[in-house]
Amino acid sequence: MHETIQTQVIRNPHRQADSQLRRRWAKLRRNKAALFGSILILIYLITALLAPTLFPGNPSAPNLMKSLERPSMEHPLGTDELGRSILGRIIYGSRVSLLIAIGVVCVGLLVGVPLGLISGYYGGKVDFGIQRVTDTLLAFPGFLLALALVAVLGVGLKNTIISVGISMVPIYIRLVRGCTLSVKEQTYVEAARAMGTRDVTILIRHILPNVMAPITIQTSLGMGMGILFAAGLGFLGVGVQPPTPEWGTMLSSGRAYLFNAPHVATFPGIAIFFAVLGFNLSGDGLRDILDPRFKL
Amino acid sequence: MRQDPLLSIHNLRTRFHTYEGVLTAVDGIGLEVYLGETLGVVGESGCGKSVTALSILRLLASPPAEIQGEILFDGKNLLNMSLDEIRQIRGNSISMIFQEPMTSLNPVMTIGEQISEAIKLHQGVTHQEAWSKAVEMLRIVQIPSPEIRAREYPHKLSGGMRQRAMIAMALSCHPRLLLADEPTTALDVTIQAQIVELMERLKEEIRTSIVLITHNLGLIAEMAKRVVVMYMGKVVEEALVEDLFLEPLHPYTHGLLESIPWMGRKMKSGRKQLQEIPGMVPSLLEIPEGCRFHPRCSRVMDICKKEEPPLIQKDSRRVLCWLWA
Repeated sequence: MHETIQTQVIRNPHRQADSQLRRRWAKLRRNKAALFGSILILIYLITALLAPTLFPGNPSAPNLMKSLERPSMEHPLGTDELGRSILGRIIYGSRVSLLIAIGVVCVGLLVGVPLGLISGYYGGKVDFGIQRVTDTLLAFPGFLLALALVAVLGVGLKNTIISVGISMVPIYIRLVRGCTLSVKEQTYVEAARAMGTRDVTILIRHILPNVMAPITIQTSLGMGMGILFAAGLGFLGVGVQPPTPEWGTMLSSGRAYLFNAPHVATFPGIAIFFAVLGFNLSGDGLRDILDPRFKL
Repeated sequence: MRQDPLLSIHNLRTRFHTYEGVLTAVDGIGLEVYLGETLGVVGESGCGKSVTALSILRLLASPPAEIQGEILFDGKNLLNMSLDEIRQIRGNSISMIFQEPMTSLNPVMTIGEQISEAIKLHQGVTHQEAWSKAVEMLRIVQIPSPEIRAREYPHKLSGGMRQRAMIAMALSCHPRLLLADEPTTALDVTIQAQIVELMERLKEEIRTSIVLITHNLGLIAEMAKRVVVMYMGKVVEEALVEDLFLEPLHPYTHGLLESIPWMGRKMKSGRKQLQEIPGMVPSLLEIPEGCRFHPRCSRVMDICKKEEPPLIQKDSRRVLCWLWA
C-alpha cells in the first residue's frame, strides 16, 4: 500500500486529488472483462430497481391455462408449470438475488471484519481463539456449511441470508487478519499509539481504511458466491421458498420438465450464470485496479 | 544546584521472550533528563536505544516484552500506571518522533486530520478548534501554505516535510518531553540541518526536554548537552558533550569517535586511514562474560574477561570500565 504511494510521488509529484480516480476509471475501461462484469451488474441492478415497470403483473399469480408454454410474444421466455411468466419471475428474482447478495456480504462484513481486526491487532490468546474457530469453519466446504446452517435455522429468505453469510465469515476473518498483521507493524500505527490514541480508534481510523482494498475485492467476489450458494440452496429446496421468485428454486422446479419444456430451467440458469459472472469479473477487475502489484 | 530531573530511569531492564531464548535488550540502565535539556543517546544499531525510548512510553507489546525497573516522570512511575493513565501521558506530556517520516504518517488520512486527532484527544476541544490548532502547528514547523497542506494526504509531501508534520503532531500538545528516535536518519543532509534547527528553536519555544536517540555523533555534538553512550543494552559512559568529544573515557566511545570520517584531518593515532572498532556486536543471546565490550576492546585487561566492571563516577561523568576503577 505504502510503496505504491511512494512510486506515485516519484512519477508525478503534482498529482491532483481526483486524478487517481480518473486513472482508476481509465484502467477499468482498459480492462474489458471488468468493464463487461460491471455492465452486467448494472443491468441486474436496473432490472431489480425497475421490476414493476418492466413487468407490470404479479409474477407469482398462477395461470394454469397457460402452463409450460414455449417462448412467445406474450411471454418472451415462456411460462412455468403454473403458467407464470418466466421473464417476470426472473425480473423479480433479480430483486431477491441482489437482496441475498447484499445481505450475505453484510453478514460476512459485520461479523468477519471486526473479528479479523481484533484477531490481527491483539494477537496472543484472542487471536488463537478466533483462529481456531475460523480453522474449524474453513475445514468445511462453504456450501456444506451453509447447508448445515439452514438445516439448523430452517428455510426461508432470512435464514438463507444468515446461513450463507455465516459461511462467508471465516473468509473475511482470515483476509482482514492477514492485512491487519501487516498494517499494524507500520510506523504510523506505532506513532498513533505514541500519541495516546485508543486501540478502538486505531483500529477504526488507522487500520480499517488501510485494509479496505482487499475487503472491497472480496465483497464483490462474495456477492457472486452468495448468489450461487443461495441458488444452490434454492435448488435443493431449502432456500427461499415458493412462491417467491428465486432463480435457484425456479431452476429446481423446471428440472422436472427438462425434456418437454427445457426453457423453464434454462432461463433461470442463464440468469444465475450471468449474475455470478458479472460479480466475479468485476471482483477480478477490482483486484487488478486496487492491488499495487498489478500496477503498470 | 540542579533541580529534580524531569525523567529519571533506574535500573531499567527490558527483556524479550523469543523462541531462541530471553533477549535482554536493555540491561539495567539508569539515566536522568532535566527540564529543558537535550540528552543524547548514542550507540550502534541494536544497542537498545530505541527499546529504551519505547519502554518509557510502554509501547512494546507487554507480552512478550517484559519491562522492569523504575521510570519516574515528574516523580510518578510510568511502569506502575494503568493503561488509561499512560495513554494520558502519551502524546500529551511525553511524545515521540520516529525515524521513518515516509511511514510514520497514515497514508489514508490528511495531515490536518492526523494532527487534530491528537489535539482533540488530549485537549478536549471541538473539531474546528483542533483543526485550526493543527494548521497553526504546521505553520510553526514552517510548512508553507499550511491551510492547503493540512487538507492533503502524506504522499504529496517530501520526506523533510513529512518529518516536519510529524514534529508538528508530536509537539501539538506541548509535551514536556520529546523522545526523538533517529529523527534525521532517513533525511538528506541539507534537510537534516533544517530539522535540527527547527527542533532547537521549538525546544526553546515550547520548553520541551529532548531525548535524542541517534548513531550520528555530529548530531549529538550539535544538539545535546549531555550524552549517554550505550553498548549492548548498558550505559557505558555518560558525560557532558564537550568532555565526551575531547576526552572519551570508555574505549568504546573512543572507538566510536575514531570511526567518524574527518575530511583532510589526521586521526589522533597519526594515521590517515579511518579507524574502526574490530569485530561485530555479539548477539544478545551470547553476551560475553565479564565486560561486554572486551572481545572488541583495544585496551582489554585480564579482569575484563572475568568480571563485569562497576559503574565508576569520575568527576561529573560516569563510565563502565575497569580502566578507571
